[in-house]
Amino acid sequence: MSKHVVVLDYGSGNVRSVVRMLERVGAQVTLTADRQAAVRADGLYVPGVGAFHACMTGLRTAGGAEIIADRLRLGRPVLGVCVGFQVLFDGSTEPTSIQPPPPGLGHFAGIVERLDAPVVPHMGWSNVTPAPGSRLFDGVRDERFYFVHSYAARRLDASRIGGEPVVTTAEHGTSFVAAIEDGALAGTQFHPEKSGDAGAQLVDNWLRTL
Amino acid sequence: MTVAVRVIPCLDVDAGRVVKGINFENLRDAGDPVELAERYDGQGADELTFLDVTASSAGRETTYDVVGRTAEQVFIPLTVGGGVRTVEDVDRLLRAGADKVGINTGAIARPAVITEIAERFGSQVLVLSADVRRSQHGNFEVTTHGGLKSTDLDAIEWCARAARLGVGEILLNSMDADGTKDGFDLELIRAVRAEVDVPIIASGGAGHVQHFVHAVEAGADAVLAASVFHFGELTIGEVKDALRDAGHEVR
Repeated sequence: MSKHVVVLDYGSGNVRSVVRMLERVGAQVTLTADRQAAVRADGLYVPGVGAFHACMTGLRTAGGAEIIADRLRLGRPVLGVCVGFQVLFDGSTEPTSIQPPPPGLGHFAGIVERLDAPVVPHMGWSNVTPAPGSRLFDGVRDERFYFVHSYAARRLDASRIGGEPVVTTAEHGTSFVAAIEDGALAGTQFHPEKSGDAGAQLVDNWLRTL
Repeated sequence: MTVAVRVIPCLDVDAGRVVKGINFENLRDAGDPVELAERYDGQGADELTFLDVTASSAGRETTYDVVGRTAEQVFIPLTVGGGVRTVEDVDRLLRAGADKVGINTGAIARPAVITEIAERFGSQVLVLSADVRRSQHGNFEVTTHGGLKSTDLDAIEWCARAARLGVGEILLNSMDADGTKDGFDLELIRAVRAEVDVPIIASGGAGHVQHFVHAVEAGADAVLAASVFHFGELTIGEVKDALRDAGHEVR
């Protein structure tokens, strides 16, 4: 019985690639922002491409904040990717013309900040250092994942999910949070859907947790 | 623990077919961009670039279809350039399955479009494609129409300005080196590297694996080539081996 995943459709993200990657690893996929369908699905994939505050605004307008909150209350898995991961934090220092800048969803305590490196954006394939006990990176050894971002959380200040968060880091100039697994909530700063076979392994690992 | 040097094959696509010669063995349909994209993905390409050289609007429609079919099969980033002038053009390409969009003449005609696109989709989506040649005055100038038309823009200043306006990356193509197989224009790469902190993709002139190494050592974050890969003169793997042997990280 294949798992049913909703890819949250809120006007942000390379949703076509996301849907194809999920199908590649055997999921049954629906692209929608329908609250009932999104809450009921085995898994919710929150994509995100673009600027933090524009994504946050789109997410709120589409009712995504409530959908994610409903799922977490029920302990139902959510995976946020790239900016869809960043919006799970308290906020971002990314400049915006949207005033006042909308805060993040606040499920992870911490702030998303500009990377401090000679070349930004961090664009390309980087290694990650999976934390012990990671289920997302199970069987993934010495693999690189595709990153494309100028901002990242340097650390997870605290978990508000109530679990024992597993934090995977990567480096670009300085160390930053590449992935978090915390109970039902998980997220990656890189794009699994664009990370070739390593990405497929990670998405498959996530499906197995649903 | 640094980001790997990206090796990027470039496909020129005209009305849904790859142009510039292709000479792969066992390629059933030599001109099918989707088939070629899959092949390069299998060889370890880190990213793919499609350059839509189609002039007609009917041809453009075909390109959207090609982008979509490629994105269905290939799970690495796909950059598509050619004919991009507005935020709507970017939106259409992203919806079709592109991950990044290249802009060239459209940005020269109206630089403000760079900021408009970056504010809507983020800088990381936008690649400035700069076709550069050495001018009679000894500087680098930006050209259009495949190097035929001068713009009177200083290339180094233009790249720096585009980065300030919001491009997330620069595809730096030397029109002088293009097709020579004598190596990338290292002086050009160094000059742009000194002025911008966004990633630089070196393009034009690759003929030998060491050329890619030299480009990286001059400051390129990624290296792009077309015909040497299409004709099987070099493989992605050979380029990566050379980079690795020279101490650079590759995937």
